[in-house]
Amino acid sequence: METLGHLANGFSVAFTPVNLMWCLLGTTLGTAIGVLPGLGPALTIALLLPITYQVAPEASFILFAGIYYGAMYGGSTTSILLNTPGESATIVTALEGNRMARSGRGGAALATSAIGSFVAGTIGTLGVAFLAPIVVKFALSFGPAEYFSLMVLAFITVSAVLGSSSVRGLTSLFVGFVIGMIGVDLQTGQPRFTFGMNELLDGVDVIIVAVGLFAVGETLYMASRRYAGKDEIVPLKGSLYMTAAEWSRSWKPWLRGAAIGFPIGAMPAGGAEIPTFLSYAIEKKLSKHKEEFGTVGAIEGVAGPEAANNASAAGVLVPMLTLGLPTSATAAIMLSAFQSYGINPGPLLLTTQANLVWGLIASLFIANVILVILNLPLIGLWVRLLKIPAPQLYAGILVFATVGTYGISQSPIDLVILYLLGAAGFLMRRFDFPTAPVIIGMILGPLAETQFRRAMTISNGDWSVFYTHKLSLTLLTLAFIGLAGPHIWAFIEHRRRRGPEHVPGDA
Amino acid sequence: MSTSDQQAPPPRLAVPELLIGFGLLACAAAVAWQTLAIPVSPLYSKVGPTVFPYITMTGMVILSLLLIVAALRGGWQPEEEKETPTDWKAMGFVVIGLIANLVLIQPLGFTAASVIMFVLICYGFGSRHTLRDALTGLILALAAYFGFARALGVNIGAGFIENQLNTVIESIISMLRA
Repeated sequence: METLGHLANGFSVAFTPVNLMWCLLGTTLGTAIGVLPGLGPALTIALLLPITYQVAPEASFILFAGIYYGAMYGGSTTSILLNTPGESATIVTALEGNRMARSGRGGAALATSAIGSFVAGTIGTLGVAFLAPIVVKFALSFGPAEYFSLMVLAFITVSAVLGSSSVRGLTSLFVGFVIGMIGVDLQTGQPRFTFGMNELLDGVDVIIVAVGLFAVGETLYMASRRYAGKDEIVPLKGSLYMTAAEWSRSWKPWLRGAAIGFPIGAMPAGGAEIPTFLSYAIEKKLSKHKEEFGTVGAIEGVAGPEAANNASAAGVLVPMLTLGLPTSATAAIMLSAFQSYGINPGPLLLTTQANLVWGLIASLFIANVILVILNLPLIGLWVRLLKIPAPQLYAGILVFATVGTYGISQSPIDLVILYLLGAAGFLMRRFDFPTAPVIIGMILGPLAETQFRRAMTISNGDWSVFYTHKLSLTLLTLAFIGLAGPHIWAFIEHRRRRGPEHVPGDA
Repeated sequence: MSTSDQQAPPPRLAVPELLIGFGLLACAAAVAWQTLAIPVSPLYSKVGPTVFPYITMTGMVILSLLLIVAALRGGWQPEEEKETPTDWKAMGFVVIGLIANLVLIQPLGFTAASVIMFVLICYGFGSRHTLRDALTGLILALAAYFGFARALGVNIGAGFIENQLNTVIESIISMLRA
């Protein structure tokens, strides 16, 4: 029950007027950027990173966490009313939610997703509060070799297991590694990958990478795809209050969604796509109204995945806070905010920065309450935001992208790097390479390298540390299964069905 | 989730994908060149600053070969993407807007450069209300400059417009004080 004491302390941090204001600001901003297509929490938090030089760590993390949670709520509004998922995690919500909106039950879809997000978000945050201390106890026994193997596992799951292709995911990850290595090597002081340019000695700022990939790349992509069909906003009809029948059809999917989402999010794999799809499949199977799925829209198909999405978003905070292991682009950028304060997230964070961590967790509970209020009674406001025309929206995004990039050092070189990364981001979007592994690779790559070199120094250059330590071996084996398993399985299946034949390359 | 897997059309060489594969191979070569340029002291010979770059380079070579093989077998683009024609004109205006911003931000300052970029991008995306866009861009750029850059303590290049406004603001403040 130590946790309750810590939580009480956390609430005393979060309930100061200043921190409540940061929470309100973060949740409002988060909902707005979640609603707007083309803007996401990773980009927004990256643009706001300079705030870490201005305010206390508690304040900026409460702000960032509010944005993170808010974007999850806002994203579902866009999915339901526009059928364009505002966030990749809300693709499933669009399936049934948009159909419900088209058949005049948009209000109920918005309500079940907001209340479901609240229920699952609260359960997920409780999960963080109670699971984090347990993970810390476990993580204290980790040596550098175990950390390195854990990071390898995270690299594989984030880039190769999730997403449509392991080769393209790993390509993104390795590009991230290269970007992360640019600059002075902290252990030997040698400059690496600077191509003789002094501007690159400090490395490439994560702000530039995130803005280049997510803002410039996305804008170029949207401009190039103007011929693709446009989605219409479905006017919001019907009451925002759910009927008794809708309540009774929603509450079980909320709880099931939370139960699926949180553990998957908390694993070093992360990602909201798997839990949301899983929840959708389960709800479809269990529903008594199967005929509504894919036709007029089934409320279970909105309630479950939305809950799973929010619970997994909370779960991602567990490896981030306890192991310093980010498994999403947003978490990776939050990790770089920790670094900017000189704080190293890891098992010691909960004791050395108790006020920060527990204040952050407490503020997440408050954020959930604020968000359900912001997203139900005030929904009309956000719907108006959807009406911002695309030309001005994307042009505006690039104005802010310029502020964020040029403001770092007033150097046009930064803008050149930004545009190069934007071009890369465009190609990646166009040719279906995931972008999140780039950010994760550039932030986590150098940390993995540090652990690797530490382990090798301790073992006197003997590679066997990575497979003689039991835990390390287990983690590496899991990583290998994650990478090779699906291919071996597909090969066996293929052989069984069609006889020996060449397996088409899955790149 | 490539859609081309199921019907198995005769594999054709996919040129864009092939170029991406070779592009990555070129990146791997650049990584190798830069890694060789890192001086290594014998003290760190076992776990020095070049071990990770070499691992990364090896990975990139393998991945680029896999991408090239996939491209030779018909590529991985979903049909939907292939069928949508690229709007080069719209993209062109966005690129011109970005370059204008890069060239003009030092001589003209952030706000003026942003307005020009804003108008060009809006035009690229199909907006034909150029004057209204210029006004919107101006308001947004000033909001970004005063609200965002100032609040975050980001020092961003001031130009003619910012300097004029700063003088006006300062004179108002001094008038209020007096």
